[in-house]
Amino acid sequence: MSEEKIWRKRGSMSYEEPLIFEKSVPGQEGFLVAEPEDKVGPEKIIPDKLVRKSELKLPEVGEQEVVRHYSRLSTWNYSVDHGFYPLGSCTMKYNPKLNEFTASLPGFGALHPESPEHFSQGMLELWRRLEDALAEICGMDAVTIQPCAGAHGELCGMLLFRAYFDDKGQKRNKILLPDTAHGTNPASAALAGFEVVEVETQNGLLTPEHIKPHLDETVAGLMLTNPNTLGLFETHIAKIAELIHQAGGLLYMDGANLNALMGIARPGDMGVDVMQMNLHKTFSTPHGGGGPGSGPVAVKKILEPYLPNPRAVKEGGGYRLDCNRPKSIGRLTGWYGNALVWVKAFTYILRMGSEGLKQASELAVLNANYIRAKLKDHYQISYPDSCMHEAVFSDKEFPNEVTTMDIAKRLIDYGFHPPTVYFPLVIHGALMIEPTETESRARLDEFISALLTIKQEAQTTPELVKGAPHKTPVARLDEVNAARHPVLCWGGGTPLKK
Amino acid sequence: MGFYFPHTQDEIKEMLKEIGVSSIEDLFKSIPEELRLKRELKMDKGLAEPKVEAELERLAGANKTGKDILSFAGGGVYNHYVPRAVDYLLMRSEFTTAYTPYQPEASQGTLQAIFEYQSMITALTGMEVANASMYDGGESAAEAVLMATRITKKPQGPILLSQGLHPHYRRVIETYTKHIQFEKKTVPINAAGQLDLDALKKESAAVCLVVQHPNYFGCLEQMDEVGALCKEKGLALIVIVCEALSLAILEPPGSFGAAIVAGEAQSFGIRPSFGGPLLGFFASREEHVRKMPGRLVGETRDKDGRRGFVLTLATREQHIRRAKATSNICTNHSLMSLTASIYLSLLGKNGLAKLAAVNLERANYLRKKIEASKKLKLKFSAPVFNEMTVKLGTDAEKACAELAKQGMLAGVPLKHHFPELSDCILVAATEMTGKKEIDTLVEKLEAVAR
Repeated sequence: MSEEKIWRKRGSMSYEEPLIFEKSVPGQEGFLVAEPEDKVGPEKIIPDKLVRKSELKLPEVGEQEVVRHYSRLSTWNYSVDHGFYPLGSCTMKYNPKLNEFTASLPGFGALHPESPEHFSQGMLELWRRLEDALAEICGMDAVTIQPCAGAHGELCGMLLFRAYFDDKGQKRNKILLPDTAHGTNPASAALAGFEVVEVETQNGLLTPEHIKPHLDETVAGLMLTNPNTLGLFETHIAKIAELIHQAGGLLYMDGANLNALMGIARPGDMGVDVMQMNLHKTFSTPHGGGGPGSGPVAVKKILEPYLPNPRAVKEGGGYRLDCNRPKSIGRLTGWYGNALVWVKAFTYILRMGSEGLKQASELAVLNANYIRAKLKDHYQISYPDSCMHEAVFSDKEFPNEVTTMDIAKRLIDYGFHPPTVYFPLVIHGALMIEPTETESRARLDEFISALLTIKQEAQTTPELVKGAPHKTPVARLDEVNAARHPVLCWGGGTPLKK
Repeated sequence: MGFYFPHTQDEIKEMLKEIGVSSIEDLFKSIPEELRLKRELKMDKGLAEPKVEAELERLAGANKTGKDILSFAGGGVYNHYVPRAVDYLLMRSEFTTAYTPYQPEASQGTLQAIFEYQSMITALTGMEVANASMYDGGESAAEAVLMATRITKKPQGPILLSQGLHPHYRRVIETYTKHIQFEKKTVPINAAGQLDLDALKKESAAVCLVVQHPNYFGCLEQMDEVGALCKEKGLALIVIVCEALSLAILEPPGSFGAAIVAGEAQSFGIRPSFGGPLLGFFASREEHVRKMPGRLVGETRDKDGRRGFVLTLATREQHIRRAKATSNICTNHSLMSLTASIYLSLLGKNGLAKLAAVNLERANYLRKKIEASKKLKLKFSAPVFNEMTVKLGTDAEKACAELAKQGMLAGVPLKHHFPELSDCILVAATEMTGKKEIDTLVEKLEAVAR
């Protein structure tokens, strides 16, 4: 296709934008740094052999062009503020702007982590109160908000398992996982040194019968996502917890899907011993195009001594950091975790309160079931029961070899972000749709209508679907070639020359 | 009261009807009755927006920050000026409210920005490949050590950690490696404050050497000799950089044979933020790329031949490789890498070098004042970039507390992690602390020193 044709396809408000390096003009500066006052010269201060001789290959671009560059790049992104973003298990709910304001307050942002405690009383109070609120929501005894992401929380949880059994002098080396588990679960368990044993599920659920044969004195516990990645509540969870506890193990819950449960049921009441939650999902902090998130971990009393150092504690009228905890798993991050993400989540919790959080979960489940009900006659569903916060469909009955990937790409043409695709692995061509509570009925109807149209197109004009997307800055990209011949930096593919 | 849901009561009724149930309660029937919460959550009812704002303003106001006081605190998190254009561009919610770029055609903005970021990190570190980001310097260091166990053929012996490594990073490495077979062994620093090369020479087989440059005490390492020794011993060299600005003026670790360069890039437009979110960077050699942790963005073409960017080499990652992945990382710190990209684009090649020179000169000014002081002493004689260890001759924690009362954050007392340095503090001078402020600091330090 000619360049002109491609251009026309993209529409008039879309811009070409080269790499920032390709915009570089020698001598341009986007931010004027004052000249050093003394002009001593680095080689007079530090040994010549340590002074940089290699050229520093950074771009040289004026402020206005830098601003244009990133403004233009931003227009190539789909985002929650653009429209419906139903990525399953990612809980892409609306990110309230109040949160952004509070997190931008200089009293938080300019606070140095090595400040003495009496300089950081406001942050320490927020830390303590946020952990307490999350403990109540989860029905757990203690929380650490230090993990920086969900997977970081999982690792923390697995290290807590380790520390607990080491302390008891037990060598338990296995972690059980259902086959529907997110990839981070086995990766986190392995990172903490556990051997992972995958357990089959039945009708999308884990049953006591499935785990019984695996339970012995080598099993440290089970990692279970609830509601699971099929959008189903693990109805046997209490019995499973009982069996695991009888065998001397612990139950870990991946709380990625906590958005279905707030104020309705609490993991702590189900027998869960350790869980992580994701502030960038359930508690409305924005995902940032891939982080920063925050993955607090909640535990039962017996595991509290092992939580990472330090802990924020209330003492008298103030707050302090407690590092004197000999059984702690140690330090998880350079400092204390993603404090500005805490601020956003705390703002959200204050704004929502008990009833708001409960309503959020109710409406999230309502929205998912609405999509499920309206699509179930057109897209194959795997399990007959109603769902929780997300509904999973399959491309199994699609005509003309139209696949889930094609459906996903065609949805972009209709102005929607695709759902999570090809996960969970147990479903053929899975389309995992999580609408969240912040979408209106009108928006859901538009989305449903787009999916119905795509189903028709798959029948009548399959090439149109297979060639999608047609309205994006780039057409479908060659991912195989990208992996086969990696070009990972500008001028790359070959080592950067001196 | 208006929460963030758009549903009207009528719509809810109609939707329930479409689903075929009579109440929202019915949607939760798969949760066994005995597991339901029979009461309200014990927390306050939701507050109106102005009230929430006031409460958060109260909490923010209860902190004392570099905005209110004179601060010389560094130790891994530095007080640098953030150009307004950085803040402004970060308000673009097309970046902030997007997810990880799994659908490349709808995420070219994020993907191109990450590709540019990876390019900037390779340029700064003198390495060949860099990933899309890690959580922070500590986690990045821990992942570097884990990677070293994968790239070293038949790894044996201990993991060597320089005594000059950030004590928090050391702790994170310990947390991450507690359950693998390799011991951790400390290589001491010498009286000058640099890695003791004679001690390193005595080491036989080891998995890797982790050395920080500039080190935690502010001292520059003899990188040429460290690199040559590692090469001679066939030891994977991991260089940790906590103050990424130094890379603009120092010959990059890649030139000294580093296998992995990891660290903290907070200095590039990210505020101290009570320690998070920060930006872990991670760079390595092309030959090791398939052993790297974290997301990688690569260049490719679309079916019409147009250039585009995608997440690539995913077969290293948890969602494909599961228990055998190179790391469990999924969500990383993408928005912070965007922050760094914008910052580095604005300052550019010359601006960043100039800023590094300003930092170097300010620190040099401080150093000269301390050398001339009758009461203060430099603990170490090695050259520094923008931070140094100052000996007060009295309990440094108490001295800092005294100065804090006077509205000054004089630095980081070292007693907590290094009891033998209980009379020392770590002091950083940046472009935010002019000569006048440095004069004030020295005066006040002299007043509390013995």
